[in-house]
Amino acid sequence: MLQHITLEQIIPGQCAVIQGISAGRELSRRMIAMGLRPGSQLLVLRRAALLGPLQVRIGHTEIMIRRGEAAKIWVQPCPGDAA
Amino acid sequence: MKKIAILGMPNTGKSTFFNRLTGSIAKVGNWPGITVDLLSAKILLGGDMVEVVDLPGIYNLHGFSDDEQVVRQFLEEQPVNALVVIANPTQLDRQLALVLQLRSLGLPMILLLNMSDEARRLGVHIDVPGLARALRMPVVELSAKYGQGFPQARQQMEQLLRQQGTHRAAQTGLLQEDDALGRELNMLLRQHVTIPVQLKAGWSERIDKLLLHPWLGLPLFFLAMLLLFEAVYGVGTPLQDALGWTLDTVKTAWLIPALAGFPPLLQDFLLSGIYDGVGTVLTFLPIILVFFVGMSVVEDSGYLARAAFLMDALMSRLGLDGRAFVMQLMGFGCNVPAIMGTRILRSRSARLLSMLIIPFSLCSARLQVFLFFTSILFSPRTAPLVLFSLYVMSLLAALLTALVWKRRFSNYEPMLLEMPPYRLPTLRQMLSQGWQQSRHFLAGASGFIVLGVVAVWALTHFPTGVTPAGPDTLAGILASWLEPVFQPLGIDKLLSIALLFGFVAKEIVIGALAVIFGSSNEALGGIISARMDWVQAYSFMLFTLIYTPCLATVAALQRESRSWGFTSFSLLWSLGLAWITSFFFYQGARALGL
Repeated sequence: MLQHITLEQIIPGQCAVIQGISAGRELSRRMIAMGLRPGSQLLVLRRAALLGPLQVRIGHTEIMIRRGEAAKIWVQPCPGDAA
Repeated sequence: MKKIAILGMPNTGKSTFFNRLTGSIAKVGNWPGITVDLLSAKILLGGDMVEVVDLPGIYNLHGFSDDEQVVRQFLEEQPVNALVVIANPTQLDRQLALVLQLRSLGLPMILLLNMSDEARRLGVHIDVPGLARALRMPVVELSAKYGQGFPQARQQMEQLLRQQGTHRAAQTGLLQEDDALGRELNMLLRQHVTIPVQLKAGWSERIDKLLLHPWLGLPLFFLAMLLLFEAVYGVGTPLQDALGWTLDTVKTAWLIPALAGFPPLLQDFLLSGIYDGVGTVLTFLPIILVFFVGMSVVEDSGYLARAAFLMDALMSRLGLDGRAFVMQLMGFGCNVPAIMGTRILRSRSARLLSMLIIPFSLCSARLQVFLFFTSILFSPRTAPLVLFSLYVMSLLAALLTALVWKRRFSNYEPMLLEMPPYRLPTLRQMLSQGWQQSRHFLAGASGFIVLGVVAVWALTHFPTGVTPAGPDTLAGILASWLEPVFQPLGIDKLLSIALLFGFVAKEIVIGALAVIFGSSNEALGGIISARMDWVQAYSFMLFTLIYTPCLATVAALQRESRSWGFTSFSLLWSLGLAWITSFFFYQGARALGL
């Protein structure tokens, strides 16, 4: 069964595949332009202290994304990447 | 004249390419209705004079961020002969989308794949001729930073321009929706681009492990900021002093004797009005130059994005991000370059908020005034504590301002920031930044500063025949009117004249006090300690800290915000805040019987 969680919940070091983005038009467009598009695979590198942002690698791009915005991205952990 | 526009996503080295193409002759152009500074330069290209415009980095032509709107507006209103699009080949999987969007505008285009050296190292392979055929536009690989491939890129641009005699504006109505472009994008990637799926753990990752370490990251960040601060102001401030000293020497050794035959009022106008005004402008140049060389290192190395990452948890609560924090810190050296440096914040509202709080940073010029006052009115044991309390007040004023106004300047730009790999900045990039910003300051702020210095000179020297800066001058009369305002703060009439001088530059406050009291600089300490107690002195220092930065800062605020409304608002807010702070301190202390 598919378990849908958000990017915010992915533990650093884990990989995930984007399922969908439930953000406004403007934010979705920016996310897609930065490479966060459904179907692509990403890796959470680290989370900043004090509920700070996440550092995520997607393709050859690394971005920082705040937790609030990461919570708008639905993902599925990579197969075989046991949590 | 032919015109070309340079476009691309942020972090593709667009400005590096622009600088290499145009040399250091670029200046801020004036484009009707566009509220950000666009650099442009006229160069000889393919036998014609061509105007090259560097447009802000954008992710998407459909977007509504400030930069995206500027680019769209520019393309709609300014006819161009060709577009030069810069892309990073390692990120072609997402950057080609922008290329396809731009192509649908129907303008002649050339695609430059920058940082090709980096791409090759990472195992990225691009079938350049195939891609060019499929896109129906010239494609050139180059490294704008080190110059490989640059001559070919230039040659292709010349050829494109020769074919394109006419120029036209873009019709953004022709923009295709992204979904329609998706299929073509995937096909192009599949056929012409090879990007390895897995990256080897590179340098950047290892450096990040240390610099973004959960516990060590923040201490290292503060250490880096301390080093940057020391480097910038350790070099810049002595240069500034040396220039000030030279200007003074020229004045006493040559100008004063040369002007001896003129009427005294004219002499004084030329020396204390015009010459000192120009001198005020010039003394900022070394600081601005060194500051932007330093900032270029921080930005081009990729560390600035890491600073944003580390400080985001704290700064997002103030409606700002970590890059604004870097500028705030650097403001403790000098507010002027810090305000100019807010240009790295791409959202206008975030920039304005940041510019509103930087003037509260206790800069080195204000420190001189405070060192003087604390040393004469406080014991050597308490003086450092008093100074420390002023730094705390400086931070509190900034914090309060951010909290009060963050809603008014709320920022809708999504905080998604690219963290580019660490890169070595080149000397060329550093110097070009320093040079460009110094010229920008000279062109934008010098007139205003000289005018301000002359205005204060006039206030303190008219009517003629009375003691300059004395109670009978215009400044003195103004001070009498304002007496009811300053009396509740424990600031007397003569000291409030000094505040008028402080508006020009904090460095001259002590000298102005000596003139006002008709004493030598050495005897001034005695006079002041006889005239005021520590409560009055602290109230005066609080007011000096908060009321207004110097004229050069006001000029920078106006220049960078491009709005007199915002500049006046910033001035009124800090004046009001200064008055309230001093009032509560002074009346509170008196009520406690101090």
